[in-house]
Amino acid sequence: MLQIDIEACIGCGVCESTCTFGAIKVDGGVAVVSETCTLCGSCVDVCEVGALSIAREEKATQGNLADWSGVWVYAECRHGRLAPVALELLGAGRKLAEKRGVPLSAVLLGSKIEGMAEELIAYGADKVFVVDDPALASFTDDAYGNALSALAKQHKPEIILAGATAIGRSFIPRVATTLATGLTADCTDLAIRDEDGALLQTRPAFGGNIMATIVCPHTRPQISTVRPLVMKPLVRDAARKGEIMKVNLDPALLKPRVKVLESVVEDLDRVNLSEADIVVAGGRGLENEKGFAMIRELADVLGGAVAASRAAVDSGWIPYPHQVGQTGKTVAPKIYIACGISGAIQHLVGMQSADTIIAINRDPDAPIFDVATYGIVGDVFEIVPMLIAKFKERKSA
Amino acid sequence: MKIIVCVKQVPDAKDVRLDPKTNTLSREGVQAIMNPYDRHALEEAVRLKEQYGGMVTVLSMGPPQAEEMLREAVSCGADEAVLVSDRAFAGADTWATTYTLSMAIKKIDDFDLILCGKQAIDGDTAQVGPGLAERLDIPFVAYVRKINACTGNTIRAERLMDDGYDLVEVELPALFTVVKEINEPRIPSLKGKMKAKKIDITKLTAVDIEADPEQLGLKGSTTQVVKVFSPELKGARAMLAGTPSEQVAQLYAKLSPLL
Repeated sequence: MLQIDIEACIGCGVCESTCTFGAIKVDGGVAVVSETCTLCGSCVDVCEVGALSIAREEKATQGNLADWSGVWVYAECRHGRLAPVALELLGAGRKLAEKRGVPLSAVLLGSKIEGMAEELIAYGADKVFVVDDPALASFTDDAYGNALSALAKQHKPEIILAGATAIGRSFIPRVATTLATGLTADCTDLAIRDEDGALLQTRPAFGGNIMATIVCPHTRPQISTVRPLVMKPLVRDAARKGEIMKVNLDPALLKPRVKVLESVVEDLDRVNLSEADIVVAGGRGLENEKGFAMIRELADVLGGAVAASRAAVDSGWIPYPHQVGQTGKTVAPKIYIACGISGAIQHLVGMQSADTIIAINRDPDAPIFDVATYGIVGDVFEIVPMLIAKFKERKSA
Repeated sequence: MKIIVCVKQVPDAKDVRLDPKTNTLSREGVQAIMNPYDRHALEEAVRLKEQYGGMVTVLSMGPPQAEEMLREAVSCGADEAVLVSDRAFAGADTWATTYTLSMAIKKIDDFDLILCGKQAIDGDTAQVGPGLAERLDIPFVAYVRKINACTGNTIRAERLMDDGYDLVEVELPALFTVVKEINEPRIPSLKGKMKAKKIDITKLTAVDIEADPEQLGLKGSTTQVVKVFSPELKGARAMLAGTPSEQVAQLYAKLSPLL
């Protein structure tokens, strides 16, 4: 419950203008809180006279938290391929494990996954749990969730990290629910709190407009899904030594209630977008579908992939798999060229880790220029064709 | 087919902007709306009802103001609306939310399919759907982009994956979360609007759903927000100058070595 000390409150209204949920208002010279309050704490932080506080009646701690030790990474693989995010998580997990003074393990679930465990060790795992079973050939929430939950119950890791991918965001909530513990989705930063070794999980919320740091104080394991392309993998070291533990699980655990009849890999563009070195993106400024033909042409000339802002996708000019941003893909290419994109924060969170960002926009005040390495104020329909011509020349030279 | 659709009232995130001067969120003119993904879940439920018969119940956990959104859902084709509202729910994380929703659903009891949007645009966690399925111990499919067919107790659907899609088959009862591609939501009909005005919305409190107070709201939450702050943006903001062709030439010179 949000507590307001009406003696201390000076009715300045800072809390009112800070509240994202419109839950606090100054009425008759003092702040008054309504039912829409989510106890996010933003107002408590900004109150200059300390009139606001949140009374935390906390959850009882379950068992001895110290029984849980070690950092785990769920190493996602699909269609015989290790997801790049698995290696990124080993990089992030390594740092957390060292700070905690505990081992780093990977969990590999699938069928016909020989050789992948060795790869995970080369990228930083001390130990790899492998469940290689035909029942895990296709991803199902039941089998994957039961397998990871069973392993976690037995070995009690303090932290589990998984990629915030379609698969990770689908079955990890089930694991957290089964283990009766907290989960923080789509994290972009992870750290260990010095005082008590707790995992500090930072994530964007509210379409990327705010960042929130979250802890899981009373239960273990602490589970996070982590946005791909945010963490850095370690340099591969084939000489690294680690232990591979093959695990056989009770077949009843691996029996899914959802049958996968067919698994189709489509639209290679989509895969290319996350991994492309060059991304050319278009937004509302392209005005219509035809505008994207120009974007595709520039991308083709540069050997890059095509992306779009939510505005362009919502307008139906280009399909959703091309969307970059909070509700779309995250990309971190060497070069990102934003054409006619204003740069709403929800787009920026999906592309601001690109090495070089070029922004082309008519409006000199567009927020996209705040993240741009180079900005051109101008008409995309004039600038982009000139760029295409220049790079075509270069290509044929 | 009896379908429950979980809907959430959210602030319209696309209108929320950072005030560059105070570095706080400016919510001027920000409307409370039905979470856009939930709108697609509702539309799909109404379409299934139209095709196979049955009934659509919309369920929301939220403040009393969420009633307005539930009426809107009725105007778009829902038959019944349930609002679970109690001060005790404040500060709930997804763990406490799935507990509350699962208790409410046990009260409603009779259902074949539960549909949710893939995530809410305020929290963006995408955790309530899968967590709720686990609490109810029913099969779960995320990111459904198409419901192909429903024969007897079996339903076939396509779920979006990072590299394509999977065609899956599942026995009801089950819970699906849906993506925008699944359909184009309708606008309310006149008849729907009339019905929405008159409908009696079922209101349930923590006591009504027989919830354990220890599991609710902030107290029942497994996670805690310790800090909220504005994102930092990097950027050199080097604006090129000159005529368009001069600017293009400069950009070309900067980019060429990187290619």
